[in-house]
Amino acid sequence: MDFLNALVALSNFVLVPAIAYGSQLALGALGVTLIYGILRFSNFAHGDTMAFGAMIAVLVTWGLQAAGIGFGPLPTALLALPFAILGCIVLVLITDRLVYRFYREQKAKPVILVIVSMGVMFIMNGLVRFIIGPDDQRFSDGARFLISARDFKTLTGLDEGLAIRTSQAITVVVAVVAVALLFWFLNKTRTGKSMRAYSDNEDLALLSGINPERVVMITWILVAALATTAGVLYGLDKSFKPFVYFQLLLPIFASAIVGGLGNPIGAIAGGFIIAFSEVTITYAWKKVLTYLAPESLEPSGLVQLLSTDYKFAVSFVILLIVLLFKPTGLFKGKAV
Amino acid sequence: MSEPVKNTLLFVLVGGLILLTGFTQSWNAAILILNMGLISAIMAIGVNLQWGFAGLFNVGVMGFVALGGLAVVLISTPVTPGAWSAGGYGIVLALLLGAATVVAAVFVAQKMSKGRMQTLSIIAILIIGFFVYRAIFDPNAAAVEAIDPAIAGNLGGLNLPVLLAWPAGGLLAAGAAWLIGKTALGLRSDYLAIATLGIAEIIIAILKNEDWLARGVKNVYGIPRPAPVVGYEVDLQNDPGFVARAEWFGLDAVTASTLSVKLGYSLLFLIVLLMLLWMAQKALRSPWGRMMRAIRDNEVAAEAMGKDVTRRHLQIFVLGSAICGIAGAMMTTLDGQLTPSAYQPLRFTFLVWVMVIVGGSGNNFGAVLGAFLIWFLWVQVEPIGLWLMNLITAGMPDGSALKAHLIESAAHMRLLTMGLILLIVLRFSPRGLIPEK
Repeated sequence: MDFLNALVALSNFVLVPAIAYGSQLALGALGVTLIYGILRFSNFAHGDTMAFGAMIAVLVTWGLQAAGIGFGPLPTALLALPFAILGCIVLVLITDRLVYRFYREQKAKPVILVIVSMGVMFIMNGLVRFIIGPDDQRFSDGARFLISARDFKTLTGLDEGLAIRTSQAITVVVAVVAVALLFWFLNKTRTGKSMRAYSDNEDLALLSGINPERVVMITWILVAALATTAGVLYGLDKSFKPFVYFQLLLPIFASAIVGGLGNPIGAIAGGFIIAFSEVTITYAWKKVLTYLAPESLEPSGLVQLLSTDYKFAVSFVILLIVLLFKPTGLFKGKAV
Repeated sequence: MSEPVKNTLLFVLVGGLILLTGFTQSWNAAILILNMGLISAIMAIGVNLQWGFAGLFNVGVMGFVALGGLAVVLISTPVTPGAWSAGGYGIVLALLLGAATVVAAVFVAQKMSKGRMQTLSIIAILIIGFFVYRAIFDPNAAAVEAIDPAIAGNLGGLNLPVLLAWPAGGLLAAGAAWLIGKTALGLRSDYLAIATLGIAEIIIAILKNEDWLARGVKNVYGIPRPAPVVGYEVDLQNDPGFVARAEWFGLDAVTASTLSVKLGYSLLFLIVLLMLLWMAQKALRSPWGRMMRAIRDNEVAAEAMGKDVTRRHLQIFVLGSAICGIAGAMMTTLDGQLTPSAYQPLRFTFLVWVMVIVGGSGNNFGAVLGAFLIWFLWVQVEPIGLWLMNLITAGMPDGSALKAHLIESAAHMRLLTMGLILLIVLRFSPRGLIPEK
């Protein structure tokens, strides 16, 4: 019984949150890695792209709620997601046309593009703050729990409850669908194949008649869709606050680099590695250990390795370790 | 127009903008802009050293600036009575043990032959070391934080003159930069960017959470001023000689005392800026500076000529970060308090980058000019935005939601404007206002 209780507590506080957070990071990291693979620079504006997409979703959700349109037990934000993705696509395509294309034609060094993306980050950040303000916004509705802790306890008769929030379940489902679609697109369709070819060897791809502008455009569309989805899921799970998305930049980059920049499978693996490390290292293990350890060995403290305020440090340290021992990432990424 | 004339005109123009602030708004506001402009200029020189001279992409400026601020607390505030005996020595011991753990792990990684034994030993050293560290650290830190938490709860400082904290801030930042550079330099340029971005966030997290160090989010107040150059307003107002001089200028004693205190800071900052600018110019024109630029322009060729690229990069990375640390110490001195939650990456990292790029990367005078210009805009865009919004919304009916929203949002015009300026300069004048020669 104690073992089961320990397992449930572990799932409740570590596994479920980490899986949800990992899916969000994986979606974010996929966007970063796609831009890196095709456009060959680290996009510092990615966090703010996520914030912009999520902001449109919040606004559309409010509109739908005001019109009395709901999605039953599911959050209305899912209905708003397609609109948000469209809005975000428009924004990144305009940005690409006005800003990035010029440098692409100049064949500017990647680091110049990184600085340019810094400018774009400022503008997107400013836009989001300008439109919706810098404060916390709540937009989740529908049923709060798939299983609440109390139901679980009465159902199983265990002392520990396992709560799964709707947002967590939705995060995982949506992430799986998005990733499946992405991989189907990259591996099976002609356009996806041309994208991978362009990423592997630009000159050869150009020689075989692939239109680079089209590849870039489709990349941006995919990135906008992924970023918006990640942003909305994160917002549903936690809450929508523009500055938090900027801070997500670090774990997202860590995920992409740990997995190997430019490698989509690596981005997903990296997302989960970072998420699980963050959650396990900042979780107070007292409860689980109390169930598992014999009475005489029960821990006296919280057995928390690091306070939650240091969660950035965790992704950072993992990043450093991987960079020091395997600079191209766990799955072979590219190094320009 | 010849090159020097154009550059002088640009500086005169920015000076004129600040003077204009003095005439139209208030002299207090103008000197505030001047003081923060001077500090920003020093940060810009630091970043320019790294980016302009050597092409290193450091986005952790905020972290080094914050370390400078920490140095001010550690050097100039009085020691908390009883804190050292309560737990201070224990904390130091724990930190030393922690450092020893890392050193031991690195030693094993380098000396032992590769294999499963090596991996296991490293993991064992790290885990045992971590738990020993926590076992010693936690009770001691708690003991220090328990001392008078409303006003102290930290170790306090050395009670030395605050001016000493400025070079100390530089040293602290240099030490951190050495550690980061040792690990991240030599990897790809983007990786250095991510690494510095991360370390800056971690430094801020430490400042916010380690209450025994600098009171965390409870902030440290009442940092002593660099007397005798900068006095206290009350003392000046009670000094009959000062009041008489103020009257001669046609100012009342209160205004004159605040202006005088701020100008005292300006004088000190100006001296530091001129010294660093002189040094940076000397460095730029020295064989060392030419070598740096050679490395920046073609690493492979420089390496073929026998230059140790990674070492030189580490050197300039440490130097540039130290300058940012000095600026950070000066800023905390100017504020008179350390508020860790005030450190925002957009304001302290990316804004400095805008300054360097707009001013002209690779040119020290450009960086200084950019710093003053961008800081002036950063301060003034908000009132201008508000004025603009009021103009736009003048025709709308009072009480309309859109009008209220637009006027409220004017405060966020800053980021938008800075982004636009950066992109426009990068596009149409990528070498900046005063380009590199």
